[in-house]
Amino acid sequence: MIKLSNAKLVDGSLVNVEIDQGVIKSIVKSSGKDKVEGIDGSGKILMPGLVDLHTHLREPGREDSETVLTGSQSAVNGGYTAISAMANTNPVADTAGVVEQIFRLGKSAGICDVYPIGAVTKGLNGDQLAEIGAMAESIARVRIFSDDGNCVADPLIMRRALEYVKTYDGIIAQHAQEPKLTINAQMNEGIVSARIGLKGWPAVAEEAIIARDILLTDHVQSRLHICHVTTAGGVELIRWAKQRGIAVTAEVTPHHLLLTDDLVENYDPIYKVNPPLRTERDVMALRQGLAEGVIDIVATDHAPHSAELKDCEWQSAAFGMLGLESALSVVIKTMVETKLMTWEDLSARMSIRPAQIAGYENQGRQIIEGAPANLILVDPNASWTVNRDNLKSKSRNTPFHQMQLPGVISDVIYSGNLVMKSGKLTVVNAELND
Amino acid sequence: MKSAHLLSAEDLSKDDALKLLATAKELATITDGPNKKLPTLRGKTVVNLFFEDSTRTRISFETAAKRLSADVINFSAKGSSVSKGESLKDTAQTLQAMGADAVVIRHGSSGAAQRLADSKWIQATVINAGDGTHEHPTQALLDAFTIKQHLRANESDLSGLKVLIVGDILHSRVARSNVILLNKLGARVTLVAPPTLLPVGVEKWPVEISYDLDKELPQCDVVMMLRIQQERMADSFFPTEREYSRGYGLNSYRLAQLQKSAIVMHPGPMNRGLEISADSADDVKSVIIDQVKNGVAIRMAVLYQLLGGAPIGARND
Ligand SMILES: [Zn+2]
Repeated sequence: MIKLSNAKLVDGSLVNVEIDQGVIKSIVKSSGKDKVEGIDGSGKILMPGLVDLHTHLREPGREDSETVLTGSQSAVNGGYTAISAMANTNPVADTAGVVEQIFRLGKSAGICDVYPIGAVTKGLNGDQLAEIGAMAESIARVRIFSDDGNCVADPLIMRRALEYVKTYDGIIAQHAQEPKLTINAQMNEGIVSARIGLKGWPAVAEEAIIARDILLTDHVQSRLHICHVTTAGGVELIRWAKQRGIAVTAEVTPHHLLLTDDLVENYDPIYKVNPPLRTERDVMALRQGLAEGVIDIVATDHAPHSAELKDCEWQSAAFGMLGLESALSVVIKTMVETKLMTWEDLSARMSIRPAQIAGYENQGRQIIEGAPANLILVDPNASWTVNRDNLKSKSRNTPFHQMQLPGVISDVIYSGNLVMKSGKLTVVNAELND
Repeated sequence: MKSAHLLSAEDLSKDDALKLLATAKELATITDGPNKKLPTLRGKTVVNLFFEDSTRTRISFETAAKRLSADVINFSAKGSSVSKGESLKDTAQTLQAMGADAVVIRHGSSGAAQRLADSKWIQATVINAGDGTHEHPTQALLDAFTIKQHLRANESDLSGLKVLIVGDILHSRVARSNVILLNKLGARVTLVAPPTLLPVGVEKWPVEISYDLDKELPQCDVVMMLRIQQERMADSFFPTEREYSRGYGLNSYRLAQLQKSAIVMHPGPMNRGLEISADSADDVKSVIIDQVKNGVAIRMAVLYQLLGGAPIGARND
């Protein structure tokens, strides 16, 4: 039994909560100054655990940069009670065997839900469908399919994939990047790339695929999810599609809500990410799109990399940034502190809506009696300074190192268990101590 | 100079640049005399770290360093078996251990020189001898020196001159450095190229843009032809070499359109018959040989100033 007193819900109401047997046993109104029993929620916000639909866990294959366990710890530290493991591991998650392996590793870590994403094509090769049915019917019950890292560039394969997943009520999550327009591309194509002489990754390479896939989705009446939208034009296309009732959803990453391409100026590969950081104008359009709900959710694209993949010259460095442990704070900074969104909106974009899109039934639920107890407690008025050496991730490639950010997560309850208490993970595993 | 390194033409104020040109002129006069060597950098070690082949640039730096009595180590890292990423760091740490005072780096990746300077891998002064498609600041300095020598010998800067830079601007580190430096020195720059070879974003550069070489030639004082890589054709930047040459090559007909005083430049190595015809390269208007000669003087001036010939403030980062 976990008791929690005087916490505020995102709608502003004050509550005392009792949790037992993995569910919310009771929830009653609080004066805000009730006698504290259990966890003191005074001044803090209680909301459903965050849900990430875009996480790179690196296991199997690159366990030196992240494992399912360290990724789970990183997730909990960032307030996530569910994450979705992208398929671009080695071997690729393109068979029932691999997705079940990841699913089991998630269960054995046991501190948040780990849902594997299945590859769309075999080995992410782009030209032959993976065994989507077998992955959907495996114990991992895969519903999201993505070749992320690669774009499903062939329009016919994309069409087939969109059609094929309808049997399983699946969804294709597209990494929108026209490959021919981005050969050896290094950063956003524009004023900065022209000056510093790095090969450009033009916005149109993203937008052309978004436009094509929206039309394909409409044609075959399926479901499409656009990963990490980064351009103002992309937001416009998705707005257009939604106005026409096409079943498209979209995500934006925290880093694309905050950082711009002029940071690349000094060639520090910590800012190398795919899709690339864009311009101020794009950032503003993304924020607006997220506030309006044109972009449905925030997803981290958490991409751990070992030190040597970033400690080199720009062109040799790997693409990707850590995201799980700073996501909530970056969204508070960019969306709530700017008054573009309320805490209710934030909870919708980071928990409720992603759980709906993916069909994670125990996640992103309203805080009512009988609901599964996946909850986090956040102090909205406290702030913290990101330190790459103190993250739970196995890697250190955060672009937010030394940045002071708002919002401190104090407690995380997963499936009725207190997995973070007063800012510390409660389940200390052997692997953590090495 | 306020910077401890020379990574970009942006590191130089107008005064810094003019001072370097003056120093180069002085050093050239001395080394043209009977005693070619100066003792200035005795005991200093200059490493030429070349990840790309460029015999010309390496020899130019080597000659410059030796004329100032520095010890020179040539380190050709090309074809090294280490992965590309690790090798820059590993090599830098090796050079640090060897006590390098200056590292002259040529690298295929834009920003490699800056990474070397910003990283904690090495403490030496870093001189960018060409990084990817970014910059080649000593080339711009020697070009400015050559222009001044021929057209503004007795003036303080390059005010009033119109310079055409013609060809593959998109991939050219020479063009980027020249645009920055020539502007600082008061010249007006016009870039002439097919639109495929101009970067998106070029509209923010302090230049004029033209697709029509013939229209620009009669009004310019300097025409700088850039090397065109053969492989650009395969990537469809232009249809054929012949068509490129017809539109943007310098030939005797075009040479005749130039003002009498105008000069022709090329950073080398030339593709004779492609961007420049043999007779244009060898014409009296051509100052290409002077560019090579001035390269040594400019690099002497840069080494001299960065390695102790003049007071240098600390870098602010
Ligand atoms: Zn992606």
